[in-house]
Amino acid sequence: MIDFQGYGPRLLEGALLTLELAVLSLLVAVVLGLLTASARLSRLAVLRLPAIIYTVIIRGVPDLVLMLLLFYGAQIGINQLTDMIYDRWGWDIFINIDPFVAGVITIGLIFGAYMAETFRGAFLAVDQGQIEAAESFGMSPWLLFRHIRFPLMMRHALPGLGNNWMVLLKTTALVSIIGLSDMVRVAAEATRATHQTFLFMIPVALGYLAITSLSEIGMQWLKKRYNAGFEEAS
Amino acid sequence: MQELLQSLAPWLSDNAIFTPATLAQYWGGFVNTVQLVFISLIIGLFLAVPLAIGRASPIWILRKSIWLYTWIFRGTPLLIQLYIAYYGLAFIPGVQDSPIWPLIKDPLYPALLAFLLNTAAYTTEIFYGAIKAMPRGELEAARAYGMSPMLAYRRIILPSALRRALPAYGNEVIFMLHASAIASVVTIADLTGVAYNIYSRYYAPFSAFIFVALCYMVLSFSIQGIFRLLEKRMLAHLQPR
Repeated sequence: MIDFQGYGPRLLEGALLTLELAVLSLLVAVVLGLLTASARLSRLAVLRLPAIIYTVIIRGVPDLVLMLLLFYGAQIGINQLTDMIYDRWGWDIFINIDPFVAGVITIGLIFGAYMAETFRGAFLAVDQGQIEAAESFGMSPWLLFRHIRFPLMMRHALPGLGNNWMVLLKTTALVSIIGLSDMVRVAAEATRATHQTFLFMIPVALGYLAITSLSEIGMQWLKKRYNAGFEEAS
Repeated sequence: MQELLQSLAPWLSDNAIFTPATLAQYWGGFVNTVQLVFISLIIGLFLAVPLAIGRASPIWILRKSIWLYTWIFRGTPLLIQLYIAYYGLAFIPGVQDSPIWPLIKDPLYPALLAFLLNTAAYTTEIFYGAIKAMPRGELEAARAYGMSPMLAYRRIILPSALRRALPAYGNEVIFMLHASAIASVVTIADLTGVAYNIYSRYYAPFSAFIFVALCYMVLSFSIQGIFRLLEKRMLAHLQPR
């Protein structure tokens, strides 16, 4: 067995944290992406404009800069807000931004913009006749979304979704910079302490490769599910 | 640059954070970022063309080893690759007495190594995809003319495939610009590193990071504009008329 010089358990905890962070931010990103894509496709300019501004800003700025801005900036912003509340109403509130929550929100916010682009294209690719058929059955908008629009859209969105997930997974490594003990941070600390770079970095790299390879299998399963009823093209 | 900053001085006189001194720091960070990204992209591009050809070659071992290289570099975070290049080289026993130590001591060169290997991996896959998508008829026509594989690559495949790869390569350039922000973790004073220093000095996250975010946005949109122009010129034959 490889000797991790006592860092073994912390590396495992770090790997778990990486996974939790990735899955939770994926959820945030998918929900935000769906909302933003719907807003961009809306007939109301009030909804379309903020959605466009959001996607343009996120896609123009590096992930790390956004993360630093939200992590360090949000704390000051919230402190100013709670101070104002204290001055006006005398309520004393303390809110401390937890790096984990900041990480989930930032990564979710960043990938929400990328997901929105994927979902927008996929919604546009849904056959209009299916929507009209559902409407003529008297389906409510929410029922129509849940049973018709969403499942049909997913077939077109899946390749982009899988791609975004892989990029998101690798982006989680950035939280090590704002102080979260994910596997990259543990490995970096261990490297600085023991000077054995490869002993710690290679297993972490293999961890990422293992997660991507497993996701690939998961994607195949999802693809089969959402392609049900459609002929295989090739 | 100095004169420009001096001429800005009266205008900034009542601004505590954006003084000529900090603006000069930002300018230095801008130069560092652009340099780092540009050099890695150029070298990565020159590596990627032969690698993509090798990835499409009939020789099994060549094909598989290039696939392994791109799989590893595309499947792991750039941050890990940067750490391996930065710490891995510096902590090799005896390296501190060797003649290459001055190169490794400066974080710029390990960072450059990690960045160019990373972008070369992504670019290889982009070019490989474009080579694979070559219309069969054009390849057959080249062979029917008696072109050797070398000649067919030079005259037919590469000019067409590299053009079709242009939109995806434009995305890769922007991706690289954004990814270069992590250079600041190995103490390189790039744009993000400078912003972080100014944040910690004045405890002003909004001014420091929003300004730098705007710098990155200007860079991103300029790159996008350049690629759009290039695409218009080089992909004119694929436009709907």
